[in-house]
Amino acid sequence: MVQRIKPFLLRYGPLLATIAIFVLVYYLGGRLYPSMQKPQVFFNLFINDSSLLLVSIGMTLVILSGGGGIDLSVGGVIALVSTASAALLRGGMSPYIVIPLMIVLGVALGGGMGWIIQYLKVQPFIATLMGLFLARGLAYIISLTSVTIKDPLYKTMALTPIYIPFIPKAYIYPTTLVGPIMLLVAIYLTFFTRFGRTLYAMGNNEQSALLMGLPVPLTKILVYAFSGLCSALGGIVFSISLLAGYGQFATGMELDSIAAVVIGGTALTGGIGNVIGTLFGVLIHGTIVSILQFNGTLSSWWTRIGVGVLTLVFIGIQSLFYARKKHS
Amino acid sequence: MKNNIPLLKRIRESRLLWPLIAWVLILVFDAIVEPGFFKLGIIEDPVYGKHLYGNLVDIFNNGAPLMLVAIGMTLVIATGGIDLSVGAVIAISAAMGAVLINPALGNKLITNDILTKNATNTPLPIIVLADIAAGTLCGLWNGLLVSKARIPPIVATLILMVAGRGIAQLITNGQIMTIYYTPYFWFGNGYILGLPVSIYIVAVVMLLGWILVRKTAIGLFIESVGINAKSTYFSGINEQNVKLLTYAFCGLCGAIAGLILSSYVHSADGNNNGLNYELDAILAVVMGGTSLMGGRFSMLASVIGAVVIWTFTVTVYSMGVPANALLAAKAVLVMAVILLYSDYSRSLITRLFERRRGSQHGTTN
Repeated sequence: MVQRIKPFLLRYGPLLATIAIFVLVYYLGGRLYPSMQKPQVFFNLFINDSSLLLVSIGMTLVILSGGGGIDLSVGGVIALVSTASAALLRGGMSPYIVIPLMIVLGVALGGGMGWIIQYLKVQPFIATLMGLFLARGLAYIISLTSVTIKDPLYKTMALTPIYIPFIPKAYIYPTTLVGPIMLLVAIYLTFFTRFGRTLYAMGNNEQSALLMGLPVPLTKILVYAFSGLCSALGGIVFSISLLAGYGQFATGMELDSIAAVVIGGTALTGGIGNVIGTLFGVLIHGTIVSILQFNGTLSSWWTRIGVGVLTLVFIGIQSLFYARKKHS
Repeated sequence: MKNNIPLLKRIRESRLLWPLIAWVLILVFDAIVEPGFFKLGIIEDPVYGKHLYGNLVDIFNNGAPLMLVAIGMTLVIATGGIDLSVGAVIAISAAMGAVLINPALGNKLITNDILTKNATNTPLPIIVLADIAAGTLCGLWNGLLVSKARIPPIVATLILMVAGRGIAQLITNGQIMTIYYTPYFWFGNGYILGLPVSIYIVAVVMLLGWILVRKTAIGLFIESVGINAKSTYFSGINEQNVKLLTYAFCGLCGAIAGLILSSYVHSADGNNNGLNYELDAILAVVMGGTSLMGGRFSMLASVIGAVVIWTFTVTVYSMGVPANALLAAKAVLVMAVILLYSDYSRSLITRLFERRRGSQHGTTN
């Protein structure tokens, strides 16, 4: 019996720890602030963190691909996509053209960074840091100030609530659904396709993956393109929920999303972890933010400090788990 | 031994060559586009006396914080690491200085009179020491995370990059603090013998760093850690302490940079002090020819890289490009530089040279 439990714990330990911590933090929040017990607060986690969830899904895949893979450009892409779409909509372009255009933009940016990383052998963080500054700079070139969106389609999407059946007074917005849908897509991609197997293989050992004849270069570019797609979707969701576009949107989101991925049990060395954990990482982030909001007296910068500390703790937990796994 | 190498080859293989060429190119561009760019003059300042002024002096004076950060960053990158938190360290150091000066500190009745008084709460030397201590502490924290906890340097320093700005705001209680204490302005605005004080500060730090890495074995240790940390460890060098030292030194440099910056702009702003300095510093180091994989390094080349960046910035500003658009231009510049230095283009260049040499052989035979 013990022999069975041990590998199970070693395999799913970090994920279980994440879920346990989420439940614990949420429970504590509910005890401290009784108004947090309302079901709507739980759905607000999804509403408020919808773009963080999207971005973190892409980030998970990038980090899983190993080789120091990381995507620091996510916040910049969100800023660029929101500003560009707001400017295009102000220019009178139809949203049915703008949204696909923005998705193409995100995929192209991500794919471009992936190409630079794979073929020019630039370290991922440098290439994506350039992507971050390029995207933010372009956003500022488009507009130095915030651009409001007055498009009717965007407005209806931002303001129509979808009521949750069976739960009174609980609702979400249409854009909230994008994150969970992408999560399902990512689960399918990582667990049920060749792409996913290649991803885990190269994350564990790129050299062996190459020697096995797996399409490592293509997969790497695709992973960054996927992250670009997620960031672009995140940017669209962001601009819909705020009905504006601005170069300063989503500053520091790269850390939040890396934190969510790490808290979700994905190892920064690549090859270990999954996107389901990332969902709970995002939820923990959202819960901390809402506890701070319910408290009311603590300043917003405590969020950043808190998330940083939590990331550190989880990196500690991970090294404990994975060090043991290697020994056994 | 050194004299046996021909001068031309020594020049060609020098790390200073490429950044110097880049600098000269930008200066030549300036000379053509703006004839008044190099104008130097002597001006009588009511506070600091006679001193030089002109674009070139500005480049060195405004670029001093970046040069300092680049010196620290060089050592960190030489060990194969990276420090993304330098901008946040600058903000923390600036916030520290502003809070300690604040004459209203510990005063129950805060009025505008007290706040804007040309006075300080803490003696200036203690402020400087506190600044430097805060920055070094930040560096030590990064170093501990990287060396002892073995967290990848990007993530370890990314934590402070974002949390650090929160800490800076925590220190100033979320406000932009204006400084009214005039002796503090000396670091960023003062002059010694007609040249800005900041240049002397850079020179002193550079000299200290040079003695540290070239007159002791530490420089060699740093390079060997950057080339292969494991074999360095097995050859009996405590690689963890070497890393710790470089991060602490980088924090120290960031703190001095923060001191100069806040003194120059007369205020401390947790969100904007030292914004994007991490990118500029990395760019300066890469321009100086230090590989991001670690290994051989040259601090002087990084300083010249920083000068190149500021010359570029001043040039772009004087052409009337908005400040925020500069971000995109710089990103393109970094990418171009990194691509130029990458193995891919290196091998392309060597192949070109080999082909030419091959054809020469063909003709002589």
